[in-house]
Amino acid sequence: MEPLLEVRDLHVDYLSDGMPPAQVLRGVSFTVSKNEAVGILGESGCGKSTLALAILRLLPSRSRLKGAIFYKSRELTNLPEREMEKLRGAEVSLIFQDAGSSLHPTLRVGTQIADVAAAHHKDWSARQRREGAEAILKEVGFDQVERIYASYPHQLSGGQQQRIAVAQALISGPSLLIADEPTSSLDTTVQAEILALLKRLRREHSLALVFVSHNPAVLAEMADRILVVYAGQIVEEGSAQQVLNSPLHPFALALLRCVPKDVRHNGPDRLLSAIPGSPPDPAETPAGCPFAPRCAERMDVCGSRMPSETRPEPDRKVRCFKYGG
Amino acid sequence: MAYLLRRLLHGALVLVGVSVLSFLFVQLAPGEFFSDMRLNPQVSPETIRHLRAQYGLDRALPIRYVRWARSVAKGDWGYSFAYGLPVSKLIWSRARNTLLLTITSALLAWLISIPLGIYAAERRDRWGDRVTVAGSSALLTVPDLLLALALLILAIRTNAFAAGGMTSPDFAELGTVAKIKDVAAHFTLPLAALVLGTLPIFFRHVRAGMIEALALPSIQSARAHGIPRSRILFRYALPAAANSLISLFGFSIATLLSASLLVEVVMSWPGLGPMLLEAILARDLYVVIGAVMLSTFFLVAGNLVADVLLYLSDPRIRRGPA
Ligand SMILES: Nc1ncnc2c1ncn2[C@@H]1O[C@H](COP(=O)(O)OP(=O)(O)OP(=O)(O)O)[C@@H](O)[C@H]1O
Ligand code: SF4
Ligand SMILES: [Mg+2]
Repeated sequence: MEPLLEVRDLHVDYLSDGMPPAQVLRGVSFTVSKNEAVGILGESGCGKSTLALAILRLLPSRSRLKGAIFYKSRELTNLPEREMEKLRGAEVSLIFQDAGSSLHPTLRVGTQIADVAAAHHKDWSARQRREGAEAILKEVGFDQVERIYASYPHQLSGGQQQRIAVAQALISGPSLLIADEPTSSLDTTVQAEILALLKRLRREHSLALVFVSHNPAVLAEMADRILVVYAGQIVEEGSAQQVLNSPLHPFALALLRCVPKDVRHNGPDRLLSAIPGSPPDPAETPAGCPFAPRCAERMDVCGSRMPSETRPEPDRKVRCFKYGG
Repeated sequence: MAYLLRRLLHGALVLVGVSVLSFLFVQLAPGEFFSDMRLNPQVSPETIRHLRAQYGLDRALPIRYVRWARSVAKGDWGYSFAYGLPVSKLIWSRARNTLLLTITSALLAWLISIPLGIYAAERRDRWGDRVTVAGSSALLTVPDLLLALALLILAIRTNAFAAGGMTSPDFAELGTVAKIKDVAAHFTLPLAALVLGTLPIFFRHVRAGMIEALALPSIQSARAHGIPRSRILFRYALPAAANSLISLFGFSIATLLSASLLVEVVMSWPGLGPMLLEAILARDLYVVIGAVMLSTFFLVAGNLVADVLLYLSDPRIRRGPA
């Protein structure tokens, strides 16, 4: 079956005056099928948010994008901005890490939801927009819909704000939701609530999901399949089961060693202590495997050239000399 | 509400502070209005002493201040030595002309710089942006004085605008429509000087504010939801940039006022500028203090207007800290 989303050899560089370009994504390829939930796992700064923004063509002007992105067989990288506007929110939606700052501070949240409806249903009357917004507010779990509708973001809690962001993302009926660490700024109880909400809505709206996180425990809960990203490359890919229970790539191994054995137990983020060392500078192109300086299983060949992708098992990919490459 | 009261109190304190300071500075400056008379053999020292006593110049500074404050309370704002008139009478018609010039040029400069700044920010680093930025930088390097002089020369050479003053000599005989036309013709030149002088500053602020606003997570997320570009610009980004722009608006009154005083002198616009200059040269103390106080008042008023706008535009300020 043809995938809903296919990203092919995506490169993103951030440009700044007098500096070499920062190569934040270095040839990322993956697919997302209809109704599938794909988790993206990686350290801070590895390019997860950049990937999310690139798919929706929301990168800052001082950046460069190469590669191809197909959504329902349409190539997005050369789509005119007008067409992208129609697609954003109606076909592919994005929710951000910090709902507090992703909502506009001086507009009522109801208006902000109704605005999204208005953008995609030009023929709706003001009344229809309001009714649509109130209906979706009910769906994301609010009881006093009218009071919430008239609130400003700063009057709501972090969890409520994230529900509003979810309402905005879903009001125009997208087929794919990209969630960029939607719960990592929330405390554990609220985080669990939002995750449960997303799971329910995913079922009810038959959504495909790209869920970005640096927390394996959260992905264990949310993802069917997991992509592990290191320094702008996918270093391992497989089903959530496979990747979380028997990781292949030394980076994935090290990352998972930092969380408690029972990853299904939804622990707080701080259990995730960092792997010693730091990722390579995105402004430089490493000669060998980018993980080599931090890798416990480094071999001679690792410093000489970049490992290529291999398939040690069916439906599993890895980028490491331990498995050929 | 407490917020506005606090701002109001703050403004009042600034006015009192400035009155004390300007009083000190002006009075402590060397020389006084009657110094020149001393050199005149026809004026007896007796007369001068008499005059000084009449204006209270022989009293201690605090007493003079209290007298002046009392005169402010009466609405006179002290007396002009040169004209023998209450300062308020002298200043008011001049202040009206200055206000006319300042407010019109502020409105015009904002009216041009807001769409221009939005345009440039939206096209950041592309041609439209580069051209407007280069143009504004060029304009910014020209000193206000030079700009005013250049315009004046241009006007005299081309005879297209009335140069100098506010009205033509035959103003009194004109009909109402012709009168308005006449003032407008005289108005164009100082207005152009002020607008051209301040436009690049406003433009840069609007552009920078919009660029910053467009990069905000809230604007990014509005874009991610497919809200159309025009709505993002005017309904989301502009209000997000509003706080800094409104504060700048208060500050812009100050910039314009000082630029206006200069332009008025160059173009002999009958505003506070020429009068202040004349009063300083003649050491007509209370006129100087009056003009300084009035300018400060405009400033404080401009900032108060900005505070009210801020209060109205931002629910976080309106409702107070949560
Ligand atoms: N607008 C930008 N201009 C220049 N560099 C940027 C920009 N945005 C991000 N970067 C850099 O690109 C790299 C990847 O950033 P990105 O936000 O995609 O990482 P991330 O994986 O989402 O990290 P986190 O988990 O902290 O959110 C980082 O090194 C970051 O400093
Ligand atoms: S290629 Fe070598 S350095 Fe890189 S992860 Fe594999 S073993 Fe480690
Ligand atoms: Mg991120």
